Amino acid sequence: MTQTLPPTLISRVMLYRVTAALVLLGLWEAAGASGLFFKGVLPSTLLIGKSFLRLMGDTLFWSHFNVTLFEILSGFAIGSTLGIIAGLALGMNRYAGHVLEPVVEYLAATPKVVFLPILLILFGIGVGSKISLAALSCFFPMSLSLAAGVRGIKPMFLRVGQTLNLTLLQRIRMIYLPALVPPISTGLRLGFGIATVGSLLSEIKLSNKGLGHAAMQAYARFDIPTMMAILIVIFALAGIGNMLIGRIVRLPGPHTRHNAN
Amino acid sequence: MLATLLRPPPVIARMVFFAVLFGVWEVASWLGLFSRFIAPPPSEVIPSIGLLYSDNELITRFLRTFGEVFAAAGIGSGFGIVIGWWLHHNKTAGRAYTDWFAAIAAAPLVLLFPLFLVLFGRNASTIIAMGAVAVLPAVILKTKEGLDHVPTVFIHVGRTFGLTRWQQMRLIMLPASLPTIFTGLRLGLVFALINVVGVEYLIGFGGMGLMIAELGDRFEVAGMYAAILFVVLCSACFFWATARLEKWLLSTR
Repeated sequence: MTQTLPPTLISRVMLYRVTAALVLLGLWEAAGASGLFFKGVLPSTLLIGKSFLRLMGDTLFWSHFNVTLFEILSGFAIGSTLGIIAGLALGMNRYAGHVLEPVVEYLAATPKVVFLPILLILFGIGVGSKISLAALSCFFPMSLSLAAGVRGIKPMFLRVGQTLNLTLLQRIRMIYLPALVPPISTGLRLGFGIATVGSLLSEIKLSNKGLGHAAMQAYARFDIPTMMAILIVIFALAGIGNMLIGRIVRLPGPHTRHNAN
Repeated sequence: MLATLLRPPPVIARMVFFAVLFGVWEVASWLGLFSRFIAPPPSEVIPSIGLLYSDNELITRFLRTFGEVFAAAGIGSGFGIVIGWWLHHNKTAGRAYTDWFAAIAAAPLVLLFPLFLVLFGRNASTIIAMGAVAVLPAVILKTKEGLDHVPTVFIHVGRTFGLTRWQQMRLIMLPASLPTIFTGLRLGLVFALINVVGVEYLIGFGGMGLMIAELGDRFEVAGMYAAILFVVLCSACFFWATARLEKWLLSTR
C-alpha cells in the first residue's frame, strides 16, 4: 500500500507510528512511576525485558511452552478438520445449510469457555480438556467460512463437473478444494487465534502446566514482570502462527495454477 | 407430498433435529450408555432451569451480566466512534494506525485479563474493561470504514448548501455511515458478551459466568448443564436480535 504513496506521506506515517509507540511506552513508564497504582502493578519495560530474557533460558518455561503449543496445534488440527468436513457438508447440501447453518452461526457467537466444565468432566484436568476446548473454538469459524466459500463457487464449475461425471471425491479434489483456498485460509487464521484463546483460557482456569498456568502462577506470586513477559510470548505465538498459516496457504500449488488458468 | 415430508421448511426441520438430538441423548442416558453424572438427560437438565430461577437468582445474574455487557459496549463504542472519526478525519493518522487496530482486532485480547485483574482487582471493573477492549477495535474499524465510504456527491451537496463542519457531520456523514457503524456496534456487542461471560467464569465474579463456575464447583451437574444451556440461548437470542436490528436499520436507509 505504502509503495504508491508519496515519500513525504510515507515519512509522516512513520513519524506518527514512532511517536505513538514512544508515547505509549512513556505513558506506561509514567503510570508505573506515578504512584496511582500499587507498587509493581505496572513494572518498567526494563524489568519486563529482563524477565523475558530470563524466561528464554528457563527450561521450566519451555516445558510450559511445549505443552501449550501441543494443545493449540492438536486442537487446531482436530477442530479445523471437523470444521472443513462440516463446512463442505453444509455448503454442498443447500437444504442442510438452510437448516443447520443458523444453528452453527448462533453457537459460534457463544462464549466457548462456558463449555469448559463439561469438557473437564469428560476429559479431566489434563491436556484433553484443553485440546477439546481449542478444537471446539476452532470448529465454528472454519465451518462457517468454508460453507460460505462452497456456496460462492461458480455454478458453471459444478455443472462442468457433472458433465464430466466426476465422483464426489474427484469433485472435492478438482473443483471444491482449489476454489476454496481463500475461505480455508481465512478459516484457518481465525481458527488458530481462537484455538489459542481456548487452550490458554482453559489452562488459566484449571491446569498444572502450560503458559496460561505459568502466567497465573506469576500473578499469584505478584511477579508481574514475568506475567507480562509470558503474555508477550503468548501474543507473539498467536501472531506468528497467524502469519505462518497465511504464508503456507498462499504458497504456490495446484490452486494457484488453477486460478492462473 | 412425500417431498414436503422429506424436506420440511427449515424451521420445522431444525426443531425436528433438536427433538431427535435431545431424544437420543435422553434414551442413551436412560440406557446407561454414559453416566448421568457426566451428562444428565434433558429431562433432568431442562427442569433445572426453573431451579436456577428459584435457587440461583437467575434474573439478577442475567441483569448483572447484560448490565456489564452494555456498560462495556457503551464505553468501547464511545471511544471507538471518536477514534474512528479521528482516523477518518486525519488521513495520515488513518494510514498510520488503521493496520494497528486491524492487528489488535485479530489478537486474542481476552488473554490480557490477568493484566486487567492486576490493574482493577477482582471486581466488575475488570469485567467491563475486558468487554470494552473487545468492542473497541471493531467499532473503530467500522466507523472509519463507514465514514470513508460516504459518497462524495453527498459531501459536495453539503458544501454547496454551505453547511458548517458540525452540520456536515450531523446531517450527512453520520446518517450515511450509520449502517456500517451499526455493524461495528453489533460485532462489538457480541464480542463484549463473549468476553464478559468468559471473564466472569474465569475470575469467579459477576453474573451468568459466575453461576456456571459455582454450579461446576459444587458438582451440581444438571444445574451446570442448565446454566450453560441458558447462556447459549441468551447468546443466540442476543445475536439474533442484534442481527434483526441491523437488517431493519439497513432497510430504512
